[in-house]
Amino acid sequence: MSYQAKFRVWRGEAGAGALRDYTVEVNEGEVVLDIIHRLQATQAPDLAVRWNCKAGKCGSCSAEINGMPRLLCMTRMSTFAEDETVTVTPIRTFPVIRDLVPDVSWNYAKAREVPSFDPGDVKPGEFRMMQRDVARSQEFRKCIECFLCNNVCHVVRDHEENMPAFAGPRFLMRVAELEMHPADTADRRKIAQSDHGLGFCNITKCCTEVCPEHIKITDNALIPMKERVAGRSYDPLVWLGNKITRRKHTDTPKS
Amino acid sequence: MSTATAPTKARAAIGERTLRKDNWRRYPIVTVVIFTAWLAYGLVRSLMGSDFWVAEYHYLTPFYSPCVNVECGEAALFGAFLPEATPFFIPFAVLSLPVLLLFRLSCYYYRKAYYRAYWASPPACAVGEPHQSYTGERRFPLISQNLHRYTWVAAFIVSVINTWDVVLAFHGKDGGVGVGLGTLILLINLILLWAYTISCHSCRHIVGGRLRNFSKHPVRYWAWVQVSKLNERHGQLALITLGTLVVTDLYIALLAHGTFSDPRIFN
Ligand code: SF4
Ligand code: SF4
Ligand code: FES
Ligand code: FES
Repeated sequence: MSYQAKFRVWRGEAGAGALRDYTVEVNEGEVVLDIIHRLQATQAPDLAVRWNCKAGKCGSCSAEINGMPRLLCMTRMSTFAEDETVTVTPIRTFPVIRDLVPDVSWNYAKAREVPSFDPGDVKPGEFRMMQRDVARSQEFRKCIECFLCNNVCHVVRDHEENMPAFAGPRFLMRVAELEMHPADTADRRKIAQSDHGLGFCNITKCCTEVCPEHIKITDNALIPMKERVAGRSYDPLVWLGNKITRRKHTDTPKS
Repeated sequence: MSTATAPTKARAAIGERTLRKDNWRRYPIVTVVIFTAWLAYGLVRSLMGSDFWVAEYHYLTPFYSPCVNVECGEAALFGAFLPEATPFFIPFAVLSLPVLLLFRLSCYYYRKAYYRAYWASPPACAVGEPHQSYTGERRFPLISQNLHRYTWVAAFIVSVINTWDVVLAFHGKDGGVGVGLGTLILLINLILLWAYTISCHSCRHIVGGRLRNFSKHPVRYWAWVQVSKLNERHGQLALITLGTLVVTDLYIALLAHGTFSDPRIFN
């Protein structure tokens, strides 16, 4: 069953551009990325799109389809009515290089800002970890780094000025992962707030809504992290207890 | 040879606030309607100062528990220290109502719901918000959301009191044990309130989530697993309990008013 579908695709370079209309063939079982490829092959040979796996595993083909952040390769054409116009734009939060290809280097810069795993004095070969201790972080390891969560997060999407102070859900989740790691010795609770901007998050869950790996980012990473930060910085009883027992904290220093 | 220049860094110029075509306004509108209606009902009922207690079967509405006004009469289980002449705007359950409101106000689920619905921050995912600047939960007053765990402890205590209310509601006409439709409604409401309270994110953190090593704390790990299962339904429970609270209160109000009588199952 093939039909002619109406597409509107954002075309442009370095910010300037516009939505352009196309009519293009769609066959049964196809995904949006197939249609973009058909456009390239038949009508717009210079249309730029980034993709690699076409299996929802490389995280390259992030875009926005009818306004929602999605993977081009995982969005089936059968989810649209045949007479519906399908609008495809690059993800909005990051600069666009050309057409559907964004420059996601902000994300890599943020990744580098997270202090890496700190095993303390343990020598290689000495780690003993139980499955139940690592199960929580394994959920976060499913991440394919598509950055749809960082793209949808209103903290930076609607307020570009927050980009230097906020790491985005993807890397706050990385901080949470290390905080839950049974063999990590660092205490990142202070810097989660000061360096990575956890306090900007108002747990409105859009990151969770768009994650193609269905990671429960808000419930399992961000909120548990907020609770940990509360214990370190905002809980008056914990503070009093630390004073009485003269407990020394070794917070990971701010960058 | 020409040199390639790096492209200028600018976001794609797209004027529309959103390109979503689905009905994204539904969630914020439905939320505002439900929450506002509930608050209005709760306000009216807690200030009414009547129809909160069915003496015959010892039914006390959760909105008035614990009842600490002299006018509570028999319903004042823990003593009555507010004089009869308290102004109308002081609810009979002056101790527990503010606690329960703060508990729900700082609940992670409700925060999501009202930040989206009342404050449009964001109104829906990938829909531009109308605010010039945004600071999140980093400053006063929102920074105090970090104290949610204390409101949880207080709500836990109120839940214990509610449990005692339900035990007393197994009261028959002749003074012995009895069960009526009201008892069952109170019981169902109580179970759901407990499920909501136990599924709280702060509770999940306290029972075990804060640990790095589950294997060293098997009991707390078990508790964390159970709370985590309930926690997946936390948002639903938050909404369901809004409903059961109104149903329970309305049922008792109508009984107390004499609109109908309680169908008794036993005594
Ligand atoms: S839950 Fe927090 S991090 Fe995730 S999209 Fe919302 S504000 Fe951003
Ligand atoms: S957490 Fe999910 S949405 Fe975010 S980058 Fe990873 S896979 Fe993508
Ligand atoms: S092409 Fe790899 S995720 Fe879409
Ligand atoms: S009651 Fe909802 S998170 Fe605590």
